[in-house]
Amino acid sequence: RTVEPLEYYRRFLKENCRPDGRELGEFRTTTVNIGKCLCSITTADGSALVKLGNTTVICGVKAELAAPAVDSANKGYIVPNVELPSLCAERFRSGPPGEEAQAASQFIADVIENSQMIVKEDLCIASGKLAWVLYCDIICLDYDGNLLDASVFALLAALKNVQLPLVTINEETGLSEVNLKQKNPLIIRKHPVATSFAIFDDTLLIVDPTAEEEDLATGTVTIVTDEEGRLCSVHKPGGSPLTGAKLQDCITRAITRHKEVKKLIDKVIKSLTPK
Amino acid sequence: PGDTSVLAGLYGPAEAKISKELPDRAALEVLLRPKVGLPGVLERSREQLLRQTCEAVILGVLHPRTAISLVLQVLSDAGSLLSCCLNAACMALLDAGLPLAALFCGVTCALQPDGTILLDPTARQEQEARAILTFAIASTERKVLMSTTKGSCSVEEMQQCLAAAQRAATTIFQFYRDSVRRRYSK
Repeated sequence: RTVEPLEYYRRFLKENCRPDGRELGEFRTTTVNIGKCLCSITTADGSALVKLGNTTVICGVKAELAAPAVDSANKGYIVPNVELPSLCAERFRSGPPGEEAQAASQFIADVIENSQMIVKEDLCIASGKLAWVLYCDIICLDYDGNLLDASVFALLAALKNVQLPLVTINEETGLSEVNLKQKNPLIIRKHPVATSFAIFDDTLLIVDPTAEEEDLATGTVTIVTDEEGRLCSVHKPGGSPLTGAKLQDCITRAITRHKEVKKLIDKVIKSLTPK
Repeated sequence: PGDTSVLAGLYGPAEAKISKELPDRAALEVLLRPKVGLPGVLERSREQLLRQTCEAVILGVLHPRTAISLVLQVLSDAGSLLSCCLNAACMALLDAGLPLAALFCGVTCALQPDGTILLDPTARQEQEARAILTFAIASTERKVLMSTTKGSCSVEEMQQCLAAAQRAATTIFQFYRDSVRRRYSK
């Protein structure tokens, strides 16, 4: 397995299964922990911990107040930041964020923007004066492949958990008053879910790759769908070429996966609300 | 295309630093420099897209333990920047004479609010569009090498854009042929 990993893998793929016993189209067990009671981050306004097999990703959302930009006076900000600290996998070194972390941050920012998950106008409190800034920190604690799926999932779960306190601007003093007693949940319009596939040898497509599979794969595809079946993103950074039909196949599977994930999130949230 | 211009410089295969060399293939590095400012997160993600696209076509196994550097400088941006970078990269690879498994070209499609598909949009058309899809299409069987989308679209619209992009790819490959012919016929 260590000397000829590709050959080892090919033998399994010929039998249409994978070394960890999964089918080619099967996902690893997904678990989600949301909120202050179950999840670690008590200082954050919203947090979630997602485990996709061994891949563990934690997302913390902090909301702060700031003045909106001059050219978009009625929009707030969402700033996603993906970190891959060196504790999550031996190939990541400490220091400035590597290319993979930056590309992942950009991907998450694109997904938020494309899917209109949070509309920036909703984050505005007073046009031109005050708006919310949501700092979303996504940190990988254990990297075993499929970072993008887990990150998007963690982000979605954390945002659903965020409660923003009501802020009013005092007319006379012009200062803002934060009312911590009254909290409203964030308005999330769409629920994007990412599904990643790894391409092997130009033909085979496997779903939810582990780190080992990702290293051996000749390419990856990530498809983000929302609940209406619309594509928010088709991210295929190079790698072996795919025909349109194969891509269509991936999209159909992504749509099915979306339904499963949505049910999981709804179930977890429902179990939290009666507090 | 249009007013967008990107300058591509390719260096290699050259000796790689020991920390960067790969034992069985060439190590590719892509640097994208924007017109103004320092390269940021957006450039990094674009570099990753370009790098993985090029890695898929360059026959790296013929040059193990070497480094190939591709530097792209944006001279002007009037829309369709990513596909311009893709085309510049491919032509640079051709010009350098590196062994390639296939050629690729970049095509950008903009989906306008009323549903019409526009190829190679200008900056203003990109802003008005509902979604922008960029594809890198390979010359062998017109398969999709790279794909990025901005904005959301339905599955049928994506397939239509893909089909349009594949048709446009034929024109672009013809342009490659003509350019190379002109260069080497002197």
